[in-house]
Amino acid sequence: MSNNEAKPDDPNIGTKMIRILALIGACFAGQVASAETALKIGYLRVDMPVPPTLSNLDPIPENIGLAGAQTGLQGNLTTGKFLSHSYEMFETVVPEGNDPLIAAKEMLSISPYLVLDAPAQVLVSIADLPEAKGALLFNSSASDVSLRDTDCRRNLLHSLPSDAMRTDALAQVFVQKRWRDLVMISGNFSQDISYATSMRRSLKKFGLKLSDEKTWDASADMRRTASQEIPLFTQSLGDYDAMILADEVHDFGRYVLYNTWQARPVTGSEGLSAVTWSPVIEQWGAAQLQSRFEKQHSRKMTSHDYAAWAAVRTLGEAVTRTNSDDPKVLRDYIFSDAFELAGFKGRPLTYRDWNGQLRQPIAVVHPRAMVAQAPLEGFLHQTNELDSLGLDRPESKCEAYQ
Amino acid sequence: MKMFLSSGLAALLATSLSAGQIWVTNEKDDTVSVIDTETLEVVQTYETGERPRGITFSKDYSRVYICASDSDAVQVMDPNTGKILYDLPSGEDPEQFVLHPDDIHLYIANEDDAITTVVNTQTRKVVAQIDVGVEPEGMAVSPDGKIAITTSETTNMAHWINTETQELFANTLVDSRPRHAEFAKDGTQMWVSSEIGGTLTVFDTATQTEQAKISFEIQGVHSDRVQPVGFEFTDGDTHAFVALGPSNHIAVVNAQTYEVEDYILVGRRVWHMAFSADKSQLFTTNGVSGDVTVIDVASRKALKSIKVGRFPWGAAFRP
Repeated sequence: MSNNEAKPDDPNIGTKMIRILALIGACFAGQVASAETALKIGYLRVDMPVPPTLSNLDPIPENIGLAGAQTGLQGNLTTGKFLSHSYEMFETVVPEGNDPLIAAKEMLSISPYLVLDAPAQVLVSIADLPEAKGALLFNSSASDVSLRDTDCRRNLLHSLPSDAMRTDALAQVFVQKRWRDLVMISGNFSQDISYATSMRRSLKKFGLKLSDEKTWDASADMRRTASQEIPLFTQSLGDYDAMILADEVHDFGRYVLYNTWQARPVTGSEGLSAVTWSPVIEQWGAAQLQSRFEKQHSRKMTSHDYAAWAAVRTLGEAVTRTNSDDPKVLRDYIFSDAFELAGFKGRPLTYRDWNGQLRQPIAVVHPRAMVAQAPLEGFLHQTNELDSLGLDRPESKCEAYQ
Repeated sequence: MKMFLSSGLAALLATSLSAGQIWVTNEKDDTVSVIDTETLEVVQTYETGERPRGITFSKDYSRVYICASDSDAVQVMDPNTGKILYDLPSGEDPEQFVLHPDDIHLYIANEDDAITTVVNTQTRKVVAQIDVGVEPEGMAVSPDGKIAITTSETTNMAHWINTETQELFANTLVDSRPRHAEFAKDGTQMWVSSEIGGTLTVFDTATQTEQAKISFEIQGVHSDRVQPVGFEFTDGDTHAFVALGPSNHIAVVNAQTYEVEDYILVGRRVWHMAFSADKSQLFTTNGVSGDVTVIDVASRKALKSIKVGRFPWGAAFRP
């Protein structure tokens, strides 16, 4: 792309880099005289310390999330060239310990459209900035249920499914498979605790029993390898139909499979998992998105990438259909009945008008294949079966959307 | 004796005229299944390249063209022997194509590359590559051969190609995930199906403007699962039979009033279809159930389902 722009490091604003990733208008000057509608999309990543895990087998890609946004941008650009719509993306990474709000303000002065990769409390602080009034912010990273509940914000949409959507998806599978008696092992990280809380809620919602729970405490006296500890650790759980792991940081979970005292399926964060996206999804045209992504980034597409992709494509779809770059026009369209995002999940994706969550099917997978896609057949809903996943209108205590 | 011979020959000719075959590509078996339209049985299975999808015959039915998507080739097969004669250059990931009325030029949608490739089937050379939207798929050409259409699934457009200059002259938005396009009524109309949008858009060819939009409603099936994909017109273009994907139904649309008159239950995840010679029977490919449903067009009833290979996708008739 032409017109690349680099800004030198500026410690005062706490940003590592601001980079214009793509500037389109000029590239297609031969075809269109000038771009009438131009959308700038900011991608803000707030770096967080990554907790140590037992295995280093699966490094987290450096460009996780951002790569998805770039693939989404590519789609927007191709469509935009037929309509005289142009898109640019600029990226800011806030290193650990720096103030993300300064970077956010800086970005909001350039564009009201931001895709955010940050923990829940940072997302809320950004959404509450006076500069963010009337902005369209997309949460592509935080699955906390609270953000779709009491901590919701009118200007903060969620392209990543909540923990509740994923745990409801698994609970539907448990019901269908008649795994009615569950046990759970949870890690101690906040993500683990939040996942476990959500799982307890889902099991209750679908009338399943959680007969026992244990906490995996990394500081406990574990003197042998995990694979030797786990049979003993799980022996006290007695018999059950399936074991749930709440190990969202992927610390101990991988060692639990095939090492449990009872020969029972392992689900949750490992084994049979409910995910936003996975390389094993190939139906509904997904194979095309997978290969497009892989061609562009030389790796597989993750859930995090998908959420960022969906956020950028949401904006693209709204611009395509409204011919506008006005945030109010785009927001109104995104929450209207006319909006639908083709998200390679077999159904149109839409936004819940009570908490800004992107409605979407949830794939239940193991590392080699998709096992099911929730909502499962038979889980009915009075308006939209997809609302059997996550906080439904009467359940959500979100008031900002009323 | 001479008399007897010639009348016998006439009888033989008569049967071979009314009889015919439906050729079906099996996306996940890398084969085509050949169904006899008289006996309604699979009479042949031929191997193809990887992931065969689009299929069409040359005008004289002496060659069959097959999009072998994952082999990145359009394969040319001798339908009498099932032998692959040669591959045409097709660009990457060819999914669907249409043969120009000149019987020479193939317009191919290259799904991974956002390109429509035009290939001369005689010289076996690429004549043109045209930039279109993301994930091109649906392909159509007007009966006079002047306009070719590519629909792009992710850009949600029908791209109108001037076949003389091989350039786009119009791009029209349709609902989400357009999958299939057909000209109707002597080319005065162009229809596009939108899988995720759940609609069919009817364009006036002369002005490229929308004339009608058709939507579907099946009792007991959520509208999200009613996903129009392939469709074909009955004799005289009075009705369109529309495959509705995972709703497992074919809709019968009145092409004058644009009203849906009937829904016919077929196999699971119905993709595409082909008529028999006299258009009295319709054969639909059902991806998930791995079979082909035979529909009696007059009574609008499903007669039989025929087991074929895994994930049948495209269908084409051969006399």
